[in-house]
Amino acid sequence: MSDTKLGSVQWRFVATTAIGLIVALAGSACAGAGGGGGGSNSKTITLAAVDNPQMADLKGLVSEFQKAHSDITVKIVTLPEDQLRQQVTQDVAANSGRYDLFTIGTYEVPLWAKKGWIENLSPFIAKDSSYDPGDLIPGVSKALSYNNNLYAVPFYGESSMLMYRKDMLAAKGITMPDHPTWDQVAAAAKAVNSSSVSGICLRGLPGWGEQLAPLDTVVNTYGGRWFDEKWNAQLTQPEFKAAVNFYINLVKSAGEPGAGNAGFTECLNAYNNGKVAMWYDATVAASNFTGAAATNSAYAYAPHVVKDWSGWLWAWALGMPSSSKKKDAAWTFADWATSKDYIKLVGQKLGWAHVPPGTRTSTYAIPEYQQAAGAFAQVTVQSIANADIAHPTVQPVPYVGIQYVDIDEFQQLGDQVSQEFAKVIAGGQTVDQALQKAQALAAAVGKKYQT
Amino acid sequence: MSEVAGRSKVLWSIVGWLVVFVFFFPVLWMWLEGFKTEPQAASTPPTILFVPTLAEFQEVLSGDFPPFFINSAIASIGSTLLVLVLGLPAAYALAIRPVKRSRDVLFFFISTRFLPFAASLVPLYLLARDLQLLDNILALVLIYTTINLPLGVWLLRSFLLEIPHDLFEAARVDGASFHHEILRIVVPLIAPGLAATSLICLIFSWNEFFYAVNLTSSVAATAPLFLVSFISGRGLFYAKLAAAATLASLPVLLAGWIAQRQLIRGLTMGAVK
Repeated sequence: MSDTKLGSVQWRFVATTAIGLIVALAGSACAGAGGGGGGSNSKTITLAAVDNPQMADLKGLVSEFQKAHSDITVKIVTLPEDQLRQQVTQDVAANSGRYDLFTIGTYEVPLWAKKGWIENLSPFIAKDSSYDPGDLIPGVSKALSYNNNLYAVPFYGESSMLMYRKDMLAAKGITMPDHPTWDQVAAAAKAVNSSSVSGICLRGLPGWGEQLAPLDTVVNTYGGRWFDEKWNAQLTQPEFKAAVNFYINLVKSAGEPGAGNAGFTECLNAYNNGKVAMWYDATVAASNFTGAAATNSAYAYAPHVVKDWSGWLWAWALGMPSSSKKKDAAWTFADWATSKDYIKLVGQKLGWAHVPPGTRTSTYAIPEYQQAAGAFAQVTVQSIANADIAHPTVQPVPYVGIQYVDIDEFQQLGDQVSQEFAKVIAGGQTVDQALQKAQALAAAVGKKYQT
Repeated sequence: MSEVAGRSKVLWSIVGWLVVFVFFFPVLWMWLEGFKTEPQAASTPPTILFVPTLAEFQEVLSGDFPPFFINSAIASIGSTLLVLVLGLPAAYALAIRPVKRSRDVLFFFISTRFLPFAASLVPLYLLARDLQLLDNILALVLIYTTINLPLGVWLLRSFLLEIPHDLFEAARVDGASFHHEILRIVVPLIAPGLAATSLICLIFSWNEFFYAVNLTSSVAATAPLFLVSFISGRGLFYAKLAAAATLASLPVLLAGWIAQRQLIRGLTMGAVK
């Protein structure tokens, strides 16, 4: 009898604990929702940001913003690029208002502005006399505009350039001109290529933002294009074919081992370890060089064939979803993080090499920055200034974008096409076979725009 | 003959340790990478001899990591307790006092795991949005409970089947109630099984990334999201990522170590009758 009584007491204890736990969880969850979701009086803003060194610096400097704006709390969620793109797209498409700001690229801004997913920032900019939008590098602000209004403010900008080890090229008696042709680069790569050092690192990792970024700039400078003015796919045209043949042959004959898996990070590591003599990639790469790579490198503009100034253009910018309920607070932060004063703050607090490049013309007039970024500062700013997203190649095109085609379908199309090229690099098919398949994929996309 | 047997034993021991090494090596390498500098961690050929540094751990710890770990703890412990509270009676009903068509019920339970996670994301996302549960840890607790519950029921049922039926008969003759049966007979007898089930649910919930990344942002983000925040698009990050991953794996390792004895008994419980 006493056993039964004890049993029921224990049972009640278990039941009470379980109910208590559920109530406690619900309580903590509701508290969580209040902090992050959307109390209209709250001044907590949430920024979804891509993870790169400049954004890590911004995270570290948020306390400086809060010193001046004690009424606004900023929460920054950093994610790798692919996760960020997925989360942010979900957020704006479902209008769920999880974020008040996010970093979006030149690819997204015009597309999302057209759909009404992001806020026109020009009226906000007009209210702040010190913002000086005229100081933004013109090509970058053009890429972030829709109907002549800025829909996102640039936090970081880049183009592409050739980085090379002066000592390795000099050992073979090679001098690289400031504006090399791709033939000169290929000849140099083959001359320095050996069993221990590869001639050049070129991305082979499938993905529209990976392998296709440098490859598209080669296509452009060969005179190729994805679509003609009537949206007919052009991937089997001689210029496109010549460019892809050139790129893949160069990767195979003088490129890094395991090129099919090499993206930005892998090439950076190979270059830093002295395993490759040259590398064609983002202008910001040089700020990550260490050891001999930092002291013995020189920089040249993106190599060309028939189209001059073939470097790409990319910017990470702060955009504001239309669903944000704290637009004024969000703008106050975006204004601060993309201002001239922020650039000075980074320089003074963290060092001038940390300054986010490629956004403001005035950055390149700061003597301390010129000294810190030295060898590649001019190549960066000139490459960005001369990158024209409306005229990526010598032939007319119906789209904007240099290393991408600014249409919704391009992420999928680019990923699929780059998979075909990766198979060629791996030796699984020929360039002609890959281009036939890629042409069919692109033609299906082009049809949607022909009506 | 005994010499041959001895040799074969040594051989199998070597094979066993080799297999352990192969499985353990990635974890060991992750630990080592965390104690290197970024250039060392990214070097080719890999740096084997190095002076260990805690710089990357310091950088990781200087970040705002406690909320991520607290959220992970709430989501994994909360969902594991719910699985036990809901799963044990269900397993009892299916093993000790089989309900009608209990095989169909069991199949129905496990069939909920046939659906790919990605297929359920959009409905769950919209549901969470409409119930104000986006970026709310309660959403993850509920989802992890539903993910782990079928597994919990199946595991607990298999442990319950091991208990001789006579024990229940004897208890009932002595007048034991249902609650009494559960608390006085079932729980003590399958304690190792409960420990094994809890640990498996805990590990699954602690490491879950897909729903966490899609349904949370800043307030309810969990430890796996803390890890990926170190994957940089334009910089060196291997050492930092390894340091963060080492830290994130510690709680699970600790739980496994504490439950070690129970766990081994639990996992081998059904192996030999």
